[in-house]
Parts: sequence; C-alpha cells; structure tokens
Amino acid sequence: MTTADRAHVVDLASTRLRQLNQALHQLRPDTNETLWRIANPRGRHSVAVGIDAPIAIEIDGHVGYYCAGMNKHATVVVNGNAGVGVAENIMSGTVHVKGDASQSAGATGCGGRLIIDGNASARCGISMKGVDILVKGGVGHMSAFMAQAGTLVVLGDAGESLGDSIYEARLYVRGKVASLGADCIEKPMTDHHKAKLARKLAAGGMTGVDLGRFRRYGSARRLYHFHVDNVY
Amino acid sequence: MCGIVGLFLKDPKLEPELGSLMAGMLGVLCDRGPDSAGFAVFGPGAAGTTKLTVRGPKGTDFGAVARRLSDALGIQIPAIGRDTHGVLSLPAAREAEARAALTRIAPEIAVVGAGRRMELYKEVGRPDLVATRFGLERMQGTHGIGHTRMATESAVTTDGAHPFTTGLDQCLVHNGSLSNHNAVRRELLREGLEFATDNDSEVAAGYLTARMHKGASLKQALTDALTDLDGFYTFVVGTESGFGVLRDPIACKPAVMAETDRYVAFGSEYRALVDLPDIGNARIWEPEPATVYFWERPN
Repeated sequence: MTTADRAHVVDLASTRLRQLNQALHQLRPDTNETLWRIANPRGRHSVAVGIDAPIAIEIDGHVGYYCAGMNKHATVVVNGNAGVGVAENIMSGTVHVKGDASQSAGATGCGGRLIIDGNASARCGISMKGVDILVKGGVGHMSAFMAQAGTLVVLGDAGESLGDSIYEARLYVRGKVASLGADCIEKPMTDHHKAKLARKLAAGGMTGVDLGRFRRYGSARRLYHFHVDNVY
Repeated sequence: MCGIVGLFLKDPKLEPELGSLMAGMLGVLCDRGPDSAGFAVFGPGAAGTTKLTVRGPKGTDFGAVARRLSDALGIQIPAIGRDTHGVLSLPAAREAEARAALTRIAPEIAVVGAGRRMELYKEVGRPDLVATRFGLERMQGTHGIGHTRMATESAVTTDGAHPFTTGLDQCLVHNGSLSNHNAVRRELLREGLEFATDNDSEVAAGYLTARMHKGASLKQALTDALTDLDGFYTFVVGTESGFGVLRDPIACKPAVMAETDRYVAFGSEYRALVDLPDIGNARIWEPEPATVYFWERPN
C-alpha cells in the first residue's frame, strides 16, 4: 500500500478551508488519520494552521499567508511556494516548503523546524524564540530581527541588516551577508559550532555540506542593558 | 491594506481576454480593498488621436456631452459611455482646447485620464461590482493595472479611488501609506499642481507628474521617489507600453509576480493570479525592495 492510498485527501476546490482546519483541530494525539494530502490550495491563507497532533500533511500547490502557523507535532510539506508568515509561531514538528517562502517565515517560532528549499524573503525568522530554520537559498533583509533563540542556517546570501537587535539566536550563513544589523557581529566558527551546524543540516536532510564555508553571527550583547551613552 | 493587480500580455492572442482576466484578478482582491476600485486598460489607439476618459454624475448622457463638445470645437467627437464614465476620442492637437471647453459647457464633467491608448475607470463600491458596472470583462488590450481600495488616509470617494493619472497614457496605483504626503503636497502646490483630495496616493501621482515635467523619465522619477517619499508603498505604474513596479526599501506591502511566455502579472497576493492561463508553470517571484522594474513592449 502506498502513502497516497492511505492518505486522507482533501480537495480545497470542493471543501471549505474552514472545514479542513476544523477537521485537523479535532484530531487527537492518538489519531489513526496520520496522513493527509491537500489539493488545490490556490494561494489560500491559513491552510493547516493550529495543528496539535503527530500527523503528516502534504499540500500540493502554492499557499497564501500563515500556512502551518502555530504548528505542534505535525509534519507539513508544501509542494509549492508559501506566502507571508509560513510556520509563524511554530511550537514543534516540521514545516518544509519545497519552493520559495515570502516574508516573515518562521516568525516568533518557539520550537520545531522550518525548512525552505528555495529563497525566503524579508524578515525570515523575525523574533524567533527557539525554532530551527534552514533556508537552502537566500534570505531577504532584516532576517532574524530581534531573534531570541534557535538557529537560522542560510546556504545562500543574506540581505541587509541581518540579525538586527538580536538577543541569543545562532546564525550561520554560507553566502554573502549584505550587512549586519545593530548589535549583530561575526563570531568565531569553532569545531564545536561546526559540529552543531552539521547536526542542524543533517536534521534538515543535508549531509556532505562543506562546513568550512559557513560564517557564524550572533549577539554582541551590547543592547541588553540601558547605557547612558544611548540617551538622545 | 488595498490590493493591486497588473497584467502585461506578451502573446497578442490573449488580448481579447485582457479585461476578463483582470476582472477575475480584481474580484479576488475584494477583501483587500472593499471600499472602491479602479483600473486602467491600454487598448487600441490611433496615432494623432487622444482618448479622454471623463466622469459625470450618475445618468450622464455622454453622447450628449460629446455632441456639445463637437459643436464647441467644430469637429465630430465620438463617445462611448460606460456607467459614470465616458471616453471621448478627439484629435490630440485639440486636447487642451477640449478640456477648456468641457469646463465651460459641462462643468459637471471631470477628466480622469487621457492618452492615445489608456482608458481609466474608478468608482466607489465593491471591486467586483465596480468592474461589472464598467464592463471590464469585455475590454480588450495589451495590458492594464487595477486597484482595490481600503481607505486609510482619506475619505472613500470616487476621486480618492485609484488609479491616479500622472500624464498622458500614464497612471499610478498605490498600496501603503505615505507619512510625508502633506509636506510633499505643500511643495507641489507651490509649483502649481492641483489636488482634488487629501489622498496620499494622489500626492505620489502628483510627485511623479512634477518630476517628469522637469524632464525626468518615469524610471528616474520613480527612483527619485525612493528619496523623497517617506512611508510604505508598493507602486504600480501603467504606461502606454507596459507597467512598472516599485516597492519601498522596507517592503512591508506584499507583491508577487508571475511570468510565462504569454504574460507578466502582478498581484498583491498569489491568490489573485491563480486563474491566469498555465499559472502552474509560471515563474513566480517577489520584486525586490527599492528596485524599479519595468515590463514594456518594444515600440
């Protein structure tokens, strides 16, 4: 029996989105309906938001805003692009976008993993609080803005003001960084960090990547406390 | 919020469908801007002829307006009426004279746009209904832009709806809000420009018009806007030969582009593009912030 045979198929051309999301919300942790396949998302917003069950969902097509937001336990795969705020406030589980993601991907994510095979645009990982984000392409400006915890790994380039006002997240970028934001600095890449990065890449399905080409960025911790020189 | 659509056809076989494709795109973006809507369509045009798009009160007989204008100018001026808007076709050389005559003989009529190919329609109401009132789905052309408005800066009026014209065969739609529009408006008023509304987008249109009067190209004027206009904006400008896109450096307002061998399309959201032909195989991307883009057909 193949995956497709066992999957619960929902066609959004004929099923209301609200109906789908309600069905997903009603799933219990021990549900037997663990495989879902969603057809014709047609860029709709809020597809598969708020799941709290260990299920696997594949969405065939491009989705709109906030896809898989607040995800807990589930694995959500988007066979297409994602709009603004994919996996916003993800708590656990995995969200995997096979195409590109728009702005604010993984915003405020507290845990779990977000994998983007293409590019992510501006503000990727804004205010991230523990999520691991892996972007195989590049990220736009102001990515990891006010990032508090978690890891952002970027295989491509990063736009302007990377890690502006960052607290404690770890940023690894293989490509060029257009500029660093306030209080974000480059830090030494030790064997310890290479081992950590290798684990993050492996968790995102990537092995054999040359770790030596990555650079590490993080907080200089100069914005933590009030400083009288910053008074205007 | 507000929603923007743009469609630039590369394949002439799609030209009869321009209006119906645009109507579908605008309809999807009703919930981004339910207050009012407007669009500019670049259809057939004849050298030496200017199409004046004019607006009148509900029930205006644009045939009668054209006859009065014909008498005043001593020439035959054909007119097409569509709901509250009408299109008067006249010799390009007589445009200024026609505008002056209209002010005199039909003060209730406002000119909303002019050009060899551009026709511009806008009204208060739900975007899909506005599109139906003007018969957008039956319009033909090479390209067009449209807007659905959720008013934030000024009143919901027909004058406040987009597009705003910026010159012959040129217009602008805007998603966002400008924070320095009052200061810019004051400067433009000093330079002699006139404004019909308190709308920030009208100021952006006036700014581009003023820059171009001073000799800047549209591309240069848009580039200058990055320095002089403060606030959030995604602009789409329609020109006789195509359309241009500019997002502010922060790029808060959404923008998605799709391109195939047959067309280039702009939408505030991907949802607006899903019914375009062969969208499944289109290249989809977001325009970069602070970058001026143009898609134009060769003259």
